[in-house]
Amino acid sequence: MRAVDALMECLKAEGVDVVFGLPGGANLPTYDAFYDAGIRHILVRHEAGGGHAAEGYAKATGKVGVSIGTSGPGATNLVTPICDAMMDSVPVVFLTGQVRTELLGTDGFQEADTIGITMPIVKHSFMIQHPLEIPRTIHEAFHIARTGRPGPVVVDIPQDLSRADINYEPVTDVHLPGYQPTIDGNQKQIRLAAKALANARRPVIYAGGGVINANAAAELTELVTADRFPVTCTVMGLGAFPAPHEQWLGMLGMHGTRAANYAMDEADLICAIGARFDDRITGKLDEFAPRAKFIHIDIDPAEISKNVPAHIPIVGDARNIVPRLTAEYRSLEPESSRLEEWWSRIRSWRERHPLRYEDSKDSEIKPQYMIEALYEATGGDAIVTSDVGQHQMWTAQYFHFSRPRRWINSGGLGTMGFGLPAAMGAKVGCPEETVICVAGDGSVQMNAQELATCSTDGIAIKVFVMNNGYLGMVRQWQELFWDKRYSQVEMSQWPDFVKLAEAHGATGMRFEDKRTLVEDIRGALATEGPVLVDVRVTREENTYPMIPAGQPARNMVG
Amino acid sequence: MGEPGTKEVLSLEELDAAVGVRTGRKHIVSILVENKPGVLTRIAGLFARRGFNIDTLAVGPTEDERLSRITLTLDGALHPIDQVTKQLHKLVNVLKIRDLEPEETLARELALFKVSADGPARAEVMSICEIFRANIVDVTRRSVVVEVTGTCDKIEAFEQLVRPFGLIEMARTGEIAISRGRAET
Repeated sequence: MRAVDALMECLKAEGVDVVFGLPGGANLPTYDAFYDAGIRHILVRHEAGGGHAAEGYAKATGKVGVSIGTSGPGATNLVTPICDAMMDSVPVVFLTGQVRTELLGTDGFQEADTIGITMPIVKHSFMIQHPLEIPRTIHEAFHIARTGRPGPVVVDIPQDLSRADINYEPVTDVHLPGYQPTIDGNQKQIRLAAKALANARRPVIYAGGGVINANAAAELTELVTADRFPVTCTVMGLGAFPAPHEQWLGMLGMHGTRAANYAMDEADLICAIGARFDDRITGKLDEFAPRAKFIHIDIDPAEISKNVPAHIPIVGDARNIVPRLTAEYRSLEPESSRLEEWWSRIRSWRERHPLRYEDSKDSEIKPQYMIEALYEATGGDAIVTSDVGQHQMWTAQYFHFSRPRRWINSGGLGTMGFGLPAAMGAKVGCPEETVICVAGDGSVQMNAQELATCSTDGIAIKVFVMNNGYLGMVRQWQELFWDKRYSQVEMSQWPDFVKLAEAHGATGMRFEDKRTLVEDIRGALATEGPVLVDVRVTREENTYPMIPAGQPARNMVG
Repeated sequence: MGEPGTKEVLSLEELDAAVGVRTGRKHIVSILVENKPGVLTRIAGLFARRGFNIDTLAVGPTEDERLSRITLTLDGALHPIDQVTKQLHKLVNVLKIRDLEPEETLARELALFKVSADGPARAEVMSICEIFRANIVDVTRRSVVVEVTGTCDKIEAFEQLVRPFGLIEMARTGEIAISRGRAET
């Protein structure tokens, strides 16, 4: 059998039911094999759209996404999704075509050193050097992508090797001596952590995307509710704890709630689970949580004590560790009343500083209201993706995510143009769910071409463009920190988003009136097929509250 | 997006001060790797990305033909080295990493010196070689090539002594190292 037919067998053995890709010269053999392999292939309009769709699919389903591109420009177009998947720990296997081996290194047509270009932004990569390596390599790639701290794996396959006739034997075992992720947390450390929690008077549980990757949301809730622990999540972790809830402080970080950030600032113990103390969380590192001791639970030992020194590090899988921590904690039978004083302090922050905005008195749609209207119209029952910027932060603040894998955004890399293709991938993975994308008028244009894919393949995503005519977050920074010198942030009135939608075979709508917005959104959600809505919102609204970058949390403004 | 403070123009001195602190401690890192394509690039890239300057690098086979040992030395690391060793551990083709303790380690390097040595100088060079147990491996009318093995310090001392005679060229392998005693490195 041809190596590419073996490749199809391997994909099927890995449970792959759909891939996102675009053919070209160097992967013609692969596409010939797709012709009758019985694997659904979604033909994207740009490889970056396919890469982000594979990420959206992976995040929504928890399975490994697959993205395919040809050599040269096909592979370089995948660089952004690869880096995005690395930063947010998303399991995606990228299969790239490569020129024939005799052309390697000669600047052949559509040749690029894909392995070299992507080396710093992959969890691992493989350059196929012999056709017989293909089956084992594919299984190793899936194994590495999905286990440990998930991430992107690139497999680069030269065109001639993929045409080779090989004697295919299914591979059932994968053994990588240099790759043995630690799953089991150390029992002694877990016991220490339980004691620290039992002795803490001002504890905070700080959970990140790792809890979602580990499918440990229920276990997290068990731990949080084993006592009256206050809990906050990063932008990547939203949905890991069911919001709203009386122990829920809201999101933390640069645009998090004051209650969450002040609680971190005054905490005596912070229990981090699957979170990495990113600069958007800590603000000024020297002044971050000055009174706190840290428990740090993470599957990646390189994250422990990277930014903040961990007093009790526990390396392993959150789903393995958190229930054991809960059990140890319960066995200590701590007195819950010790947290009373802490809660009265937190309650006062909550009461004094709820998330708020000044709503309009007329038909004008405030961007925050747009998110509240989306929440109301969907009843919160939707998978929501976003791009990057103000609309992303408002969605994180005002849409209450009560379940994991419902909030899909680009947190680490901050990729504009992520949301629409990610929604497409999420909808393919979860066809029964309502999938909406909240996009910015700037960022949606970076991958709007995928609307045509959605129309062609009947992928009924609903895109709501929060249109303020600006690159809003950059404008906000220029307003606040650069003397209002608006430099290259005005987006003009083009494109006409309704026509853009129609040109791509989708339904286009425009909403401009707050008074009918919830009903209008319901109408859009009930419309068949892909829909793109141009929602005209207040032009110069700022995302608050905010920790000015490089400052400590207690200096929040707005 | 950058920090709001960046509106203020930063002076070059401020920028230099922020990166100019060195710990001064020399590290010998021994890394056991699978013989797979690109493994050296991956390792070198990790050091470069974190601002570590690799002083010497030696790669060679081990007792197991599937594995190679990479020995590299870093002089005066800018940051604690454990962040980079943790990252190295994450590389799929890396099996083992040791940041070797100098007192428990045998480190050796080989160097070749091409020295001007005509007339009376030749005898002096030869006597220095004898003291250092160095071998003269090539002789011409006006020069000698000397092979020296030893610790980094010994090779540097030899270099100091022969430089006045006219050091035409020098090539060094970089240190390789192995732990003392029965235990594996």
